[in-house]
Amino acid sequence: MAIVTTTKGDMDESLLEKREGTVDNDNEITTWVEYWDGEELVHRSAHVTLKKVPSFLSGETASFS
Amino acid sequence: MANSQCMTNSFKVDLFNAVHAFNATGIPAHTASTADVFKAALYTAASSLGTTTTSYTSAVTEVTGTNYTAGGVTVTFGTAPSNTTTTSFITPSASIVYTNVTLSTSFDAMLLYNNTNAGKNSVGVFTFTAQTITAGTFTLTMPTNDASTGLLRIA
Repeated sequence: MAIVTTTKGDMDESLLEKREGTVDNDNEITTWVEYWDGEELVHRSAHVTLKKVPSFLSGETASFS
Repeated sequence: MANSQCMTNSFKVDLFNAVHAFNATGIPAHTASTADVFKAALYTAASSLGTTTTSYTSAVTEVTGTNYTAGGVTVTFGTAPSNTTTTSFITPSASIVYTNVTLSTSFDAMLLYNNTNAGKNSVGVFTFTAQTITAGTFTLTMPTNDASTGLLRIA
């Protein structure tokens, strides 16, 4: 029996409808999971894995020529 | 063997550690041997954070919600900055986790900033697909800590 934290307190996962999704692009892989009690969203979590972000600085030195 | 004009790799690592001060203006008080504390705050999708965001205090569109503390959470840098022949890099050594929160307003950005610095100066803005959280956990897992994907890279 899996327990889910919800807006109504801890609930048995089997009593809820589970919905999941994924976003996969150049920037991230995101997974999310929702639990619905009828028409009511009672839990939503998301997990973002950053893939690559731009470097912040390009260091160069001047030339004397 | 010939000389090569360059910005040295060690200097780029030193930038992460605030070793150098070229001018008296704006020098932080980095006389202590302990590392600064960095934090990660979340911002609504309606925000305008970017290169001109200078500090945490200047960014006024932080998310609010149950179990979310203004200012965000502490970021763990357990690994020292490193470098390759061209790039210096550092990445938090643990995921950034907001546990059991409810964030009803859509958010899509994290501001990394120096919480020890009096001005709470910004480090970077990191964006992702807009999210809301309901009685759940939001986790930001870091990319691989190397020269091509590390979270902070100076090339």
